[in-house]
Amino acid sequence: MRVLMFGWEFPPHIAGGLGTACYGMTRGLAKNDVEVIFVMPKASGDEDQRFVKVVNASDVETEFGPTEGAEDLWSKISFVHIDSNMVPYITPEEFASYHDEYVKTGRRTWQHGDVWKQRYTFSGKYGANLFEEIARYTMVAAQVAKDLEGQFDVIHAHDWMTYYAGIAAKRVSGKPLVVHMHATSFDRSSDDNIDTRVYEIERSGMMGADRVIAVSNLTRNICIEKYGIPSDRVVTVHNAVRFAEGQTNDAERYVDEKIVTFLGRITFQKGPDYFVEAAAKVLKRVPNVRFVMAGSGDMMNHVIRRVARLGIADRFHFTGFLRGADVHKMFTLSDVYVMPSVSEPFGISPLEAMKSNVPVIISKQSGVAEVLDYAIKVDYWDVDAMADAIHALVCYPALSKMFMQKGLEEVEGLKWDKAAAKVKAVYESVM
Amino acid sequence: MKTICLYFQVHQPLRLRKYRFFNMGKDHNYLDDLTNQSIMQKVARLCYLPMNSLLLNLIKEHKGAFKVSFSITGTAIDQFREYAPEVLESFKELAKTGCVEFLAETYSHSLASLADKDEFVREVKAHTALIKKEFGQKPTAFRNTELIYSDEIGQMVAEMGFKTMLAEGARHVMGWKSPDYVYANAIDQKLRLLLRNYKLSDDIAFRFSNQGWNEYPLTTDKYVDWLKGENGEVLNLFMDYETFGEHQWAETGIFDFMRALPAAALASGELEFGTVSETAAKYQPVAVLYCPHAMSWADEERDVTAWLGNELQNEAFAKLYAQKDKVRALKNPDYEAVWNFLQTSDHFYYMATKWFSDGDVHSYFNPYDSAYEAFINYMNVLSDFINELDKATAAKKASRKKANA
Repeated sequence: MRVLMFGWEFPPHIAGGLGTACYGMTRGLAKNDVEVIFVMPKASGDEDQRFVKVVNASDVETEFGPTEGAEDLWSKISFVHIDSNMVPYITPEEFASYHDEYVKTGRRTWQHGDVWKQRYTFSGKYGANLFEEIARYTMVAAQVAKDLEGQFDVIHAHDWMTYYAGIAAKRVSGKPLVVHMHATSFDRSSDDNIDTRVYEIERSGMMGADRVIAVSNLTRNICIEKYGIPSDRVVTVHNAVRFAEGQTNDAERYVDEKIVTFLGRITFQKGPDYFVEAAAKVLKRVPNVRFVMAGSGDMMNHVIRRVARLGIADRFHFTGFLRGADVHKMFTLSDVYVMPSVSEPFGISPLEAMKSNVPVIISKQSGVAEVLDYAIKVDYWDVDAMADAIHALVCYPALSKMFMQKGLEEVEGLKWDKAAAKVKAVYESVM
Repeated sequence: MKTICLYFQVHQPLRLRKYRFFNMGKDHNYLDDLTNQSIMQKVARLCYLPMNSLLLNLIKEHKGAFKVSFSITGTAIDQFREYAPEVLESFKELAKTGCVEFLAETYSHSLASLADKDEFVREVKAHTALIKKEFGQKPTAFRNTELIYSDEIGQMVAEMGFKTMLAEGARHVMGWKSPDYVYANAIDQKLRLLLRNYKLSDDIAFRFSNQGWNEYPLTTDKYVDWLKGENGEVLNLFMDYETFGEHQWAETGIFDFMRALPAAALASGELEFGTVSETAAKYQPVAVLYCPHAMSWADEERDVTAWLGNELQNEAFAKLYAQKDKVRALKNPDYEAVWNFLQTSDHFYYMATKWFSDGDVHSYFNPYDSAYEAFINYMNVLSDFINELDKATAAKKASRKKANA
């Protein structure tokens, strides 16, 4: 079976869980004997470069690090890079500001005019706004689908920005389309505040698809209830997790106290303020705990003020945005990991924490709560329950020990091979 | 005859380095030595050395008729010694002329007067001892950090034996009264107050090089005319010493202005120069000054909200001063050194969020991108310090127990 997949960038250059998920899924599919032609946007620094290039698997190897023993796997995956500056999780506003930066640095320019007419010969200039860029990407994608005609049996598109590309490829080739909902507009902002343009693309993408894969039942319900997608067309396939080899869990610790960590974007959806309130409640009872909020985001200053007002700033620390090795270090330094998300379609970070032997507390409003047994689950708004859970994991070693051991087993069982088999079954159902 | 009282404030904080959560418990080097050194050496080159030599020449030239007063924080003197010893030497030269008075203040340019009387007294005593040692003068006049003053702070200062204290001639406190007279503290009337004439002081300190100012350019003659035109007995020109060459660059002509000022003022026959203590002693106080709430020389509001005006500042301040007893009991000079530089008001100034009319001044002095960043960094350092302090305190208790057993 062969899939034409419209995906996102691969590690190590990732902007969030989406790139990681695509990477794991592609590998899992390869193991399940599914061949993947992976089409992804890639902003090239060189204006003269052809804006579409097919990269063979061996080149990709060097690009994404050594993978000894996986040669047979990679022979099943090929890559198509489309020159585009789209990145996952971007909002139209953010795109505009990035675009301004490109313009300022003078490295890239774009030309005005009707992108729809510029077709395949488009000279490698980016769209002036996100929607124009999506339109351009769609045109290129259609051409890619035409060029690769006969080389794939099914089309799979990840996240709303590639949905039009998926639909275009379906029209050109007549092959069935599967779209994958990694997040919905309702996870990105509160109900009354969603971007209706994005909502419309999501809805028409799902309506135009033969199947919709949702990353959790939570997300599936949103697709059905808020987008009006017929329930028999939406299938849940929970994400899995793939860990980098050779990471050790023994970072040196210099602080004696227990460390309770929040790691993620400090935005409304991630529920940082509930974490702060719970921290204050815990600190009233147990003084020898430190809380760390790692990350940055538009609510950061608000949170800092709240921490100061609660008078816990000597016990509540901010690290700013962490990347790479520092993220792993932060996990290994932690004794409890809390993910109080208000709305989380899946949520991969608790799995990374568990892999680092850290007990986790997750909100019931997260997709990952559906697949985990060895995690304490609380409603995001129930700061008393959250504080109680933190207190228990900090003060009762028997409990945290159990969560550490069982949690590690549990998380190691969440393999992409299994998830990919479910994805393959979805392909089969539409072919 | 009116007396011009020129007073300069000299201060450099010890800036903290970027101290992350990951550093906590691991290393306890809190200071950005490189930045501290380069700023000190830059300001020495631009301001301290040329201005000291200019003042020394003026004093010699006018044979005792030209006088100035200084207060130099302990934090600045410590950094002179470390990074620019020639600056300390040139201040000692000035001290030897007999025409320069050195005032007392808090050792670390702290806000202790707003937090804790004991700590305030300790800081002032430490600074007084330092001034005695370096310049051979026992200060009789006092200036508090950022001219922070209230009736009660004045009373504490009087209790310590000082005869004169500086304060801001703040409009909201003065009302219709003029700063050009000597006043007395409302609680202890033996303490005389010299109040800053902010208009005439800021003409030099802030407006001198402002080409949008309708009095630009400010010439010595024009300025002396303004001084002559003031009704009153004393003209208190108080400003940051870094005004000369650092805030107002040499290219603006600020040094030439100052070089010409004494001769022009003295030639008028209506003006003389006096040190702070002389000036205060020469005139009878005309009234007591009521100032129940703390005022300062900072910002439009002339209050203390630049340092203690938001929840970040209040939190850091409360957490810092909660450590006082532990530091005191430990009697360990290493801990006292950190305790001192953590008290420096600049750290709290960096956390200010009132960025509107005075934002320019705030950001000019601020090594951090935002108040929040300043707060996070300070709290990381303070938290690690508290941690170490608790450990050392516990160790000391344990060893004492052992000794008793």
